[in-house]
Amino acid sequence: MKHVYGWLLLTPAAILLVGFTHYPAAATLFDSLFSTGTVVRPSRFVGIGNYAALADDPIFWQVLGNNFWFALGTIPTSMTIAMLMAIWVNDRLPARALARMAYFTPTVLPMIAVANLWLFFYTPQIGLLDQINAALFNAPSHNWLGDPRTVLACTMVMVIWKEAGFFMIFYLAALQSLPPELEEAARMDGASRWYFFRRVTFPLLMPTTLFVLVNATINSFKLVDHLFILTKGGPDNASSLLLYYIYQVAFSFFDTAYASTLTVVLLLLLAGLALVQFQLIERRVHYR
Amino acid sequence: MRTLLALLLTGLLAAATPARAQTEITFYYPIAVGGPLTKVIDGYARAFEKEHPGVKINPIYAGNYDDARIRALAALKAGQPAQISVLYSIDLYELIEQDVIVPWDDVATTAEEKAWLKAFYPALMMNGTYKGKVYGIPFQRSTIVLYWNKDAFKEAGLDPEKAPADWTEMAQMATKLVKKDARGNVERWGVMVPSTGYPYWMFQAFARQNGHDLMNPEGNRTNYAHPDVIAALQYWRDLGAKDRVMPEGTVEWGTLRQQFTEGKTAMMWHTTGNLTAVKNSAKFPFGVAMLPASKQRGSPTGGGNFYLFKKTTPAERKAALDFVKWMTTPERAADWSIATGYVAVRPEAYETPKLKQYAADFPQAVVARDQFKFATAELATFQTGRVRKLLDDAIQAALTGQRTPAEALKAAQTEADRLLKPYR
Amino acid sequence: MTAAGRRAPLLETAAAWLLAVLWLSPLLYAFWAAFHPVAYATRFELFAPLTLENFARAWTYAPFPRHFLNTVMLVTMILAAQLVLCTLAGYAFARFDFAGRDVAFGLVLVQLLIMPEVLIVENYRIMSRLGLVDTILGIGLPYMASAFGIFLLRQTFKTVPRELEDAARVEGCSFLGVLWRVYVPLARPTYLAYGLVSVSYHWNNFLWPLVITNTVETRPLTVGLAIFGAPESGVDWGVISAGTIMAVAPLLVAFLLFQRQFMQSFMQAGIK
Repeated sequence: MKHVYGWLLLTPAAILLVGFTHYPAAATLFDSLFSTGTVVRPSRFVGIGNYAALADDPIFWQVLGNNFWFALGTIPTSMTIAMLMAIWVNDRLPARALARMAYFTPTVLPMIAVANLWLFFYTPQIGLLDQINAALFNAPSHNWLGDPRTVLACTMVMVIWKEAGFFMIFYLAALQSLPPELEEAARMDGASRWYFFRRVTFPLLMPTTLFVLVNATINSFKLVDHLFILTKGGPDNASSLLLYYIYQVAFSFFDTAYASTLTVVLLLLLAGLALVQFQLIERRVHYR
Repeated sequence: MRTLLALLLTGLLAAATPARAQTEITFYYPIAVGGPLTKVIDGYARAFEKEHPGVKINPIYAGNYDDARIRALAALKAGQPAQISVLYSIDLYELIEQDVIVPWDDVATTAEEKAWLKAFYPALMMNGTYKGKVYGIPFQRSTIVLYWNKDAFKEAGLDPEKAPADWTEMAQMATKLVKKDARGNVERWGVMVPSTGYPYWMFQAFARQNGHDLMNPEGNRTNYAHPDVIAALQYWRDLGAKDRVMPEGTVEWGTLRQQFTEGKTAMMWHTTGNLTAVKNSAKFPFGVAMLPASKQRGSPTGGGNFYLFKKTTPAERKAALDFVKWMTTPERAADWSIATGYVAVRPEAYETPKLKQYAADFPQAVVARDQFKFATAELATFQTGRVRKLLDDAIQAALTGQRTPAEALKAAQTEADRLLKPYR
Repeated sequence: MTAAGRRAPLLETAAAWLLAVLWLSPLLYAFWAAFHPVAYATRFELFAPLTLENFARAWTYAPFPRHFLNTVMLVTMILAAQLVLCTLAGYAFARFDFAGRDVAFGLVLVQLLIMPEVLIVENYRIMSRLGLVDTILGIGLPYMASAFGIFLLRQTFKTVPRELEDAARVEGCSFLGVLWRVYVPLARPTYLAYGLVSVSYHWNNFLWPLVITNTVETRPLTVGLAIFGAPESGVDWGVISAGTIMAVAPLLVAFLLFQRQFMQSFMQAGIK
């Protein structure tokens, strides 16, 4: 009986999960072995042909590299800022509710909306960044989004701004679950603030850090909304990311087979992350 | 006898019915400029119905150009009615590859109808013609023009009524127009040409001015690596890198208008579609001119055409032809141009009293028309999305100094050849 | 949130505040640009005149009421379906020792990693086969069976003491009755937390709705805003800012009013 009930309860969700996650994932793999069909040229089996094309596609390697730098640039920074924020708003900061709100607000705003505001920040000459630069440092105007050396960094700054408050929440929760006696004991011993953080808080936050790290890494493959407004991946793909490239290939080049091939790569990357995640979680269990 | 009469009557009725039956024409159209244009289109449809009883027109607004294409194709696939549509002029090859459209020549059979096919500006027909047949009838079309700030010209000691006529002059004037503050930081640039959004479109103008189109009419060959084309990109690059009259790197399409109206650049190249917006927000007198020449003048066209779908009955095709003809009469073309800011698609439209009067009040509006004799088709090929992006990337790579114009364009040409080989 | 921790040193307080101002500045700018005439969009003068004209224009430029309606319908529909589906599935995983449970659970968790965004290409095909392209149902469907929700509710249900269930059974409750009378009421905080997270996620979601919709009748706010504010169309900053503020206002106001609940929800949901 329990088998029947168990499966009955599960069925509605299972149908949707299989229909929109497992089946499409498998179909993606399948489609990546065929060419894109049109009315004039029907689709045919090409084996690993699409993967060979992928290996030869400089844009693919570029967006993959961009994705790597994007992850490397956003994750540690936003996590550090998040930890700092959490420690600050956990302290008796004056008007800390207001600060907490300020930090968290970007999380509830749609990326697509705020990207428009950031576009204004980065616009040369009339943009806020250039105005401030000119007023404070008399610096010449810089073409922030038009320069391949700065464009990726500019998108990273925006993403850090968007994500840090979200990660802060997890650190805050962890900090609040730490026993207050620890800090009192440390104060009795005359430990410095930095020493206490380094030797007590930081190690105790380690499980949270791992958790946030994995989430942030997965996110770094999913966050592409800003590209639609800020740069469209340009100049010359300097700010493009894997998922955005998939979107372009599928919906602007209409090459669904190649888009599927790219998606397979993305799925493999995510699967790799999953393995790491499981191992981390296991270690976490032992640690406890 | 009575039976015979009845039979005869029935026969007569049956014969008469097809002629009186309602023919329905459903068409999808995009809107890419501001304003309550759906009302204008609906108004046209109602007026046409009044003059042509027995034909019903259902215009369906379908968003921007991409949406309209997707929506029309989806409707056709799902078996929903759609007889004609206004779609992006450069969707031609995609629509041919999908095998959903037929040429207008198939339905335009009388001498008068054949003449109608030739009534438009030739520049506007280029994007709609494939293998000698007309697939796209121009409807909402635009082009690139040069805007200049007359106050800035005065300040720099230039004639405020005279725009640069050629490349050398533009670079020289731009140099004079650059304004720096005490510390040497640029306060105002000489000229800006946008290089995000539609870099290929802007570059087509440069290439055309230097004597070349970027693709063949069959849409299966590109001409990215011709020495003159490379020289055109070099000129664009040099405006920023050597002459220092334009910021280095890419210039954002979307914020450029703001930079112009804020006086941060003395000249800009932009679509005619921005005319009204500039008119409304510029606090200084400004002029609109044809783009400067190198070997010749030149600009690509852009915008939407009427296409006729394959899955249509002869009666529907006839009604569709009547409707599109009606939509493109000189009077309607003039009216539509005034309502939208698009160019009127045929010369006679500019002879109508209405448009003559409008042009007299707002002379900037006819610059685009005058430029038509130098205009060329917008970049469109088979695999158009990819082939276009190759060029976009090459342009941006050159403008940002990642690669030389020659390297970038040659690489793009090689890749385009690979993509287009199956279509030759 | 208890008043734990000690007072931060002055330097850190200053840094914390500087960061807070920085973090709020894009929003502050949006308010500046939205409430001032276009001429002041890029110029900051204390006594610049105020105006509501940008809002009026934004309102006429894009069919905001329709986008609002679409978003509200979308968010409500997704949440309702999620609550039902995840409750049932979470209950199954928490309390029924059925054959293949662990494998099934593993397969559910796959979705935590492969979010529907990743599968836009294939899901678009599925939707067109189902005839659901350009429908609100089509936007919502891939998100309805949420692995995250199932996981969260399973964890919560597992903490419910068995004795409560047994007592309800003795009183003659069916197994669905037990779920409704015992488990659901006890999981109320989890539902609230999950609901807030889900609503704010889907209010802000963009990529999949962009792909699957192509008319005003189905487009949610984010997509409407992207098209309306697309740099190509060359709309003014003031109008874009006004549109942005209108689009985020409901969520922002809700957030400001229920800040504490919001943050606690995100916390709870995140900790698992």
